[in-house]
Amino acid sequence: MAETAVKEKVTREPMLPFGKKERKLITDPLNDNNPITVQVLGICSALAVTSLVYPSVVMAIAVVFVIGFSSLFTSMLRNYIPKQVRMIVQLVIIASLVTVVELTLRYLNYPVYKQLSVYIGLIITNCIVMGRLEAFSMANKPWRSFLDGIGNGLGYGLILIAVGVVREIFGKGTLFAGSPIELKIIGPTAGYLINTTDNAFFGWYVNNNLMVLPAAAMFIIGIFIWIQRSYNTKLVDVS
Amino acid sequence: MYSTRYILIFVVILTSVVAIALTGIREATAEKAAQNEDIFNKRAILSAVSDYLPGGNTVSDLSDQDVLRIFEEKVTQYALNMEGEVIEGLKAEDIDMAKERKKPEAERRLPLYVYEQDGNGYYIVSVRGNGLWDEIWGNIALKEDLNTIAGASFDHKGETPGLGAEIKDNPAFPAQFKGKEIYDEGEYVSVTVRKGGARDPQHEVDGISGATVTADGVTEMLYRGIKYYEPYFEDLRSNSQQGMLIQTEE
Repeated sequence: MAETAVKEKVTREPMLPFGKKERKLITDPLNDNNPITVQVLGICSALAVTSLVYPSVVMAIAVVFVIGFSSLFTSMLRNYIPKQVRMIVQLVIIASLVTVVELTLRYLNYPVYKQLSVYIGLIITNCIVMGRLEAFSMANKPWRSFLDGIGNGLGYGLILIAVGVVREIFGKGTLFAGSPIELKIIGPTAGYLINTTDNAFFGWYVNNNLMVLPAAAMFIIGIFIWIQRSYNTKLVDVS
Repeated sequence: MYSTRYILIFVVILTSVVAIALTGIREATAEKAAQNEDIFNKRAILSAVSDYLPGGNTVSDLSDQDVLRIFEEKVTQYALNMEGEVIEGLKAEDIDMAKERKKPEAERRLPLYVYEQDGNGYYIVSVRGNGLWDEIWGNIALKEDLNTIAGASFDHKGETPGLGAEIKDNPAFPAQFKGKEIYDEGEYVSVTVRKGGARDPQHEVDGISGATVTADGVTEMLYRGIKYYEPYFEDLRSNSQQGMLIQTEE
């Protein structure tokens, strides 16, 4: 038992180390260096797709994939990419990965592809992807760039899904609408968990239409930033 | 700094590799993707007659094979020109509505699906129009009287989720169209999506709050789209023996 563990350590360590530094690459973007709430990148798509949770989840998965692999490929090519055309090269890499995502969805689940085709295209314009390629992958080794990409994708996805949950519950009274596991939380008919028509306590409740609009995401992200900074005081800019 | 020569070679190699890889993936998935698309479109057409499917199934209950089988056994496809004549040798499913919309009105071709179940025929027409951001489209099933709507299904390219996208995502929206009539005392009126709630129970349905532009788009699309089929319906009515179902003659 101990022998195999040692062996594994020896063979894996130089190729794909996963020590404290690497773990930090994944966990940092979740809180201290979150792409949305701290770096304030990728806001446009965070406003657009978060009115429902299900598209947010699919978008998050797609972004994790695209940002992870574009970081990996960019980093592998970093010493060969001519500096004058590096932005275009990065875009080629991102765009082809987005196309791969699109083709895969068409192959595996056509209805979901139909529902998300607009947003999938939006990944190309997501500033987080290109931001990480420029700031990290162009100067770091492939494995660490890959982890940094995955970490930032997860940090983005985390906020996306959190905003989606708030917006969908208060805007539509459902969760995961459009997916096979749709939950009806609060609404005026018997199909909902809390039925507002014959519930003495929630009788006053109606869905908040503001939540459906993109502007609501702006407020919610703002509140998230507030909450995060009141816990994580090192993020507070005192100047 | 890199030389122009190096940059050129690098870019050419990169784009070729990417192009070949993407073409490969596309080719490998093309057949299944086309099949998926075909089934998806057929489901959309069948969901216009979802109340009349065999065995009381809804469209989501049907497996992909069921969809293809129902289409094979119960659906007759016609392609019509704008004069209402059937175009021989062309199937309705081969007509791409998005392309037809770009043609001048007189040259367009119209798909018509006739679905038969329990001795009743349903005429499913396809309509296409503009929503807020992009195109919207739908399939409307008419009963044999060519007046009463048996069901409807809608889809869109890029309407806002939770707002305009409700025409598709919220089953209650298309369900409202059932039983509505497109003629008012023999005069063509189509069905109107009314902001603030339907006033005329025969020819209006409730709008979607926050999605007025999409709703107006649906109204416009239905009015124009169903009207294109008028010449054909006119022929059907005059040819059929008991074709006085419309109240024109009263």
